[in-house]
Amino acid sequence: MSWLLVVAGAMIGAPLRYLTDRAVRTRYDTLFPWGTFAVNVVGSLVLGLVTGAAVAGAASAHTQLFLGTGLCGALTTYSTFSYETLRLAEEGARLPALVNAVASVLAGLGAAFAGAACAQAWWG
Amino acid sequence: MSTEPGRHPALLRGQGHVLAVVAIGGALGAAARYGAALIWPVAAGGFPWTTFAVNAVGCAAIGVLMVLVTDVTPESGPAHPLLRPFLGTGVLGGFTTFSTYTVDVERLADAGHVRTGLAYLALTLLAALAAVWCATAVTRRAVARRRPCPGEVR
Repeated sequence: MSWLLVVAGAMIGAPLRYLTDRAVRTRYDTLFPWGTFAVNVVGSLVLGLVTGAAVAGAASAHTQLFLGTGLCGALTTYSTFSYETLRLAEEGARLPALVNAVASVLAGLGAAFAGAACAQAWWG
Repeated sequence: MSTEPGRHPALLRGQGHVLAVVAIGGALGAAARYGAALIWPVAAGGFPWTTFAVNAVGCAAIGVLMVLVTDVTPESGPAHPLLRPFLGTGVLGGFTTFSTYTVDVERLADAGHVRTGLAYLALTLLAALAAVWCATAVTRRAVARRRPCPGEVR
């Protein structure tokens, strides 16, 4: 059951990440990897909420596995984030590479804290 | 998935196969990450070594993969168009995670383990970037050594 929930969540999260990236790329002609940035920040916010809800007893272990480990885990990515940062640096865009690395971590962390704070306010 | 024009937004048109392999790859990667968390559980308040290792390994693997799929030779021809979405976007994207990383830092800070959280925050970023950089460099060198054509040497 646990494995099925993780797999089901991931089968939604991974295609959502792909579609987000594709939507950004087809609409905006930009070198900066906004698609990956967006999914990583949104996924951190949602996982902060889900984890906070679980801590407060408002979300079950099954919800955590499906939405957290599966969906948010597969929606967000470290491999594409690090690869795109490397590509920016190699293409001479060193400042955008640095900004991508630092801003992704700070915005993702801020989103995780915001999600946890919302969960605390709603269910705490 | 049906792809007649007008029935789906342009975003989805012709994307059925890609979405399918991304979903399957993502499920395999996430299951592997979940399995790693079950095999190597981390104590509450401890350094999240399992997610750290998963992310570092995934970043090294994408470095190898991206060199290999973009390394087009006359003999091999281009890589299969679904290989990169399946392995890169799907398996490795589903295996590695950014949200567990940020929320683990938040949980550590919330429990008073601020130093562990900050160390984890910085070390994961450094390890991930070092892993993708080293893996890319080593794979490029290996590919160039295997095929020393003058026009292809990087």
